[in-house]
Amino acid sequence: MVTGAGTAPAAAVALREIAGAVPDPELRVVSIAELGILRDVSTGPQGTVVTITPTYSGCPALATIAADVRDALAAAGAPDAEVRVALDPPWSTDDITAAGRAKLAGAGIAPPGPTRLAGPVALPLAVRCPRCGSAETVELSRFSATPCTALWRCTSCAEPFDRVKEH
Amino acid sequence: MDRFGYLVGLGDDALVAAQRLAEWTANAPELEEDVALANIALDQLGQARLLLSYAAEVEGAGRDEDSLAYQRGEREFRNCQLVELPNGDFAVTIAKLLFLATYQHGLYAALRSSTDRRLAAIAAKATKETAYHVEHAALWTRRLGDGTAVGHERMTAAVEQVWPYTHELFSDWVPHGLVAAGVAVAPGTLRADWLSTVESALAEATVPRPDDGWRPGGGRDGVHTEAMGYLLAELQYLHRIFPGAAW
Repeated sequence: MVTGAGTAPAAAVALREIAGAVPDPELRVVSIAELGILRDVSTGPQGTVVTITPTYSGCPALATIAADVRDALAAAGAPDAEVRVALDPPWSTDDITAAGRAKLAGAGIAPPGPTRLAGPVALPLAVRCPRCGSAETVELSRFSATPCTALWRCTSCAEPFDRVKEH
Repeated sequence: MDRFGYLVGLGDDALVAAQRLAEWTANAPELEEDVALANIALDQLGQARLLLSYAAEVEGAGRDEDSLAYQRGEREFRNCQLVELPNGDFAVTIAKLLFLATYQHGLYAALRSSTDRRLAAIAAKATKETAYHVEHAALWTRRLGDGTAVGHERMTAAVEQVWPYTHELFSDWVPHGLVAAGVAVAPGTLRADWLSTVESALAEATVPRPDDGWRPGGGRDGVHTEAMGYLLAELQYLHRIFPGAAW
């Protein structure tokens, strides 16, 4: 943790770590860095500028994320950080890090497969149950509690689970 | 009509579609569909906010997304009439969604290469979202149309009822200067791909493709159907009795 409120701002690298560690408000097991929505942190004469990108256009969590990032940076001695929202390039589930995928699976949320598959024909990969690992799963609903997930059920262990859909 | 008007037209389509879809919340035939339509409404609302915020900046008259949504009268809305039509039964809602989402998907896919980089960025996000909406609507069209006799009858009736309003999507309302500058897409150029997707969805659902006949229109000029005033009354009610309300 960087300390020293009121002194010169810490290096952008350290601030990026702090901003990136902010948990996603809807999928709290992953940080915004692991989710791939933290784009940039820079420091300069204008202060600290953090750039984030929304998962979906209507993502209701974006304002909360911006506030949480500002709070985290203020606590680390970089008050009044500006949070900017960039749309381009659009977020993709391919931006979720390997650590993020592991944490999602650990919390019972099936991580997404790749959106850009090699080869001329995109073959959908089997969705594995995040609890028992079985590939015997069925989609219950193409939508779920957050814009980025779908509702699935495992026919081996009978448990329903959320799955981050490829986007 | 200028860049502001173009952005408002696209933004109003999304805003009014979001309002109509949100009416299904707690009313859909099953819980999963409640969640699905609310999610699609949220995508549409997100796109509306991005487009109307940008429109307000382009206008530079001190307005913002909220004043555009809540403080314009009916004649100032530039949405197509398709999106304001009442939801009807579930089949009518699905027919409206299939036609709208297929149009929006083609439009946004083309706008990804707009010379207006802000509009291109909004379109790149919306392209992925509307692709999912098209799939969802096509799935339900097939389930209803190629399911029971009652489902087939109602899906067929819904498609017939809504079809005339699809012509306005491809009307020549976009300023030619904006198209020539590579900012906008001429709506007419989108119809061939739209027809191909919609006709194959209807064929899979065993629902006949209606003949082209009556072509109502006027939404892009601020002329709306009887349903629009009631929709705006509900949409704008809170903001009109508590001006400047925010949360």
